[in-house]
Amino acid sequence: MEEWNLSLAPENAAHVQLKKKYELFINGEFQKPFSNKYFETVNPATEQAIALVAEANEKDVDQAMKAAAEAYKPWSKLSGAERGKYIYRIARMIQEKSREFAVIESLDGGKPIRESRDIDIPLAAAHFFYYAGWADKLEYAFPMRKPQSLGVAAQIIPWNFPLLMAAWKIAPALACGNTVVLKPAETTPLTALKLAEVIQEAGLPQGVVNIITGAGKTGAEMCAHPIPNKLAFTGSTEVGKLVYKAALSGNKKVTLELGGKAADIIFDDAPIDATIEGIINGIYFNQGHVCCAGSRLFVQETVYEEILVKLKKRMNTLIVGDPMDKNTDIGAINSKEQLDVINRYLKIGRAEGAEIYQPNCKMPELGNWCPPTLFTNVAQSNRISQEEIFGPVLAIQTFRTIEEVIDKANNTPFGLSAGVWTDKGSKIFQLTKALKAGVIWANTFNKFDPTSPFGGYKESGFGREGGVHGLDAYLKFD
Amino acid sequence: MNAEQLLSGFKPTPVDLMGVNDRIIRIKSRSIKTHAKNQGLSMVLSMIDLTTLEGADTPNKVRQLCYKAMHPQDQLKGVPSVAAVCVYPTLVKTAKDALKGSDVKVAAVSTYFPSGQSTLENKLLETQFAIDEGADEIDMVISRREFLQGNYEYVLYEILEVKSLCSANNVRLKVILETGEIGSLDEVRKASDIALLAHPDFIKTSTGKIGQAANMQVTLVMLQAIWDHYQKTGVQVGMKPAGGISDAKTALHYLVMVKEVLGQEWLSNKWFRFGASRLANDVLMQMAKQESGIYQAPQYFSKD
Repeated sequence: MEEWNLSLAPENAAHVQLKKKYELFINGEFQKPFSNKYFETVNPATEQAIALVAEANEKDVDQAMKAAAEAYKPWSKLSGAERGKYIYRIARMIQEKSREFAVIESLDGGKPIRESRDIDIPLAAAHFFYYAGWADKLEYAFPMRKPQSLGVAAQIIPWNFPLLMAAWKIAPALACGNTVVLKPAETTPLTALKLAEVIQEAGLPQGVVNIITGAGKTGAEMCAHPIPNKLAFTGSTEVGKLVYKAALSGNKKVTLELGGKAADIIFDDAPIDATIEGIINGIYFNQGHVCCAGSRLFVQETVYEEILVKLKKRMNTLIVGDPMDKNTDIGAINSKEQLDVINRYLKIGRAEGAEIYQPNCKMPELGNWCPPTLFTNVAQSNRISQEEIFGPVLAIQTFRTIEEVIDKANNTPFGLSAGVWTDKGSKIFQLTKALKAGVIWANTFNKFDPTSPFGGYKESGFGREGGVHGLDAYLKFD
Repeated sequence: MNAEQLLSGFKPTPVDLMGVNDRIIRIKSRSIKTHAKNQGLSMVLSMIDLTTLEGADTPNKVRQLCYKAMHPQDQLKGVPSVAAVCVYPTLVKTAKDALKGSDVKVAAVSTYFPSGQSTLENKLLETQFAIDEGADEIDMVISRREFLQGNYEYVLYEILEVKSLCSANNVRLKVILETGEIGSLDEVRKASDIALLAHPDFIKTSTGKIGQAANMQVTLVMLQAIWDHYQKTGVQVGMKPAGGISDAKTALHYLVMVKEVLGQEWLSNKWFRFGASRLANDVLMQMAKQESGIYQAPQYFSKD
């Protein structure tokens, strides 16, 4: 019988409305940058330019900050219920335009349409819905503490979850009565700019949300500017340290959500088939461009062989390729630069004596691609088990006892997330108490919800986003 | 080896519902289009055990079903016949005669289907009768009464006895776990592992006679058990989800599950079956749509 393989199932992109050129969204209007400079945003799967995007310089940043400061006066006096109405409206409009958002997210960032459609966009809308609900209930979230808004928040977000990170930043800031200047990453600005159009259409008062584009220099100008009372940053630990310095010297409140090198720990009494799915979701979700990715796998020696056989088999069912195909599991690496970083680590891993495994999958010629990869024979001292790779690369180590694995799991400068797999409830609690990580999943991995706080320890940053804790980051108290 | 020896050192394998659901979400997100859809629909049809298991079944009813099994829709080109017709033992001879000259097999439910509440002696007599009447395949039920009391040795013993009777007569055996009666997915996995120790030809989810029939969770857990068994012993065992699968789209997702969990080698009616009565017409409707581009109303497809 002829082998049964899936046929192509391309998502229709004809309905998407994209401009050729995007200006800065300041004070409710799209305006040309003082810099007069534009840069291209590129589809990482085809290497074709999608649109030109304005580059904000210091004058543009200054204008955006002043617009936000001006808008803060009436916005902060608006009742919580009124603020909530605007936020609900934005949430509904994201839902209405969810297909368009999903397609743009996949075109601009390279993530599979399945993920942008089923995860990124619905979660972004859910964040706006969730924080809209808090807008008029802040006193109940912090009883007897008189919560007050901060002022202007400067927010800088990364390229791995462009719209979702914009939602994580904007929704709580607005709910708490602040105004915002947000900068998306230079490789993935389009969904944030689409969100700017939604915000304009929603009739949000001018200047409450300003979205400006540019690279690291623009971000540095934002952090150094005297107006913002709050800096919120998600991205690399390296840049996070610079943001922190700027916050200290400018006496600004700050939250940082930085890198990670999560331990995903599997005991021999775990439901093995479920762990395989968890490992896959933990490291190959979004091409591994996930700060909380389960990139260090610890397997109890007694089940090591079984896990390895099943993991490799499951890896062979993953489809790598066109992000716009509905059956794609692993899309394009977000940028040429990031692909170089990943490839450098693959080389380092081999040089360190680790054994590499990649399934034999067909990949397109154009674009940035990396097949799902795992390393075995890895030592705790290897760079591939210490440093964040931010790609679809898993480093596997074995362990013998619970004490040993706690020790190894915590032996890292990071502390964002971790996973524990066992059928025994008491063991879960033993581990979750001992692991130094902000988020710990038990018998699952990479599950997100707006009601649940998210954030790290140590070099993974501080402050929490999501849940009631996420409000705290945008409020001051008497 | 006897049941006691086979079960020595038996260790239950834990199953986690979250993990099962995560896997199913991924399977259901597979989009099956164009050529893959045509090929898949044809496979689904060829894997159906067309079933009638009513007290009201008569020879004429069964003969009609047999014709449908051989000629699901002659107006459409390239439509395969279904895999088998599934009936009570007393109607095996009628079906066998009606299907003469075709590839369609006759499957007989046996061992006091659906409850299995009888003695082993009676169960073996009934099975022998069905075989003598000409059954190609036997669909037996496990004793849930003994399983729920923890008497796994007896459950396996019964399967082994029926299995040896079938083997001696060159008849293939399907073992029905009736998953809707045995509890959680952990229990489904345990029952699968026990049944697999007897090396049957298929394990099967349900009788179709109680409310809860086959679903994707249960099927996934059973497929995983089949895979583990295959890794350990090298013995290939087939799978039959039965009852509750009535639309072509869901059936295609079952095929994706088989392909991704077990592999291409299981994608034929030798190793995978659907126990269904309504599924065939939905598949035919989809096939007609693939050919003409339009959906036809149900009245264009014969019921039996």
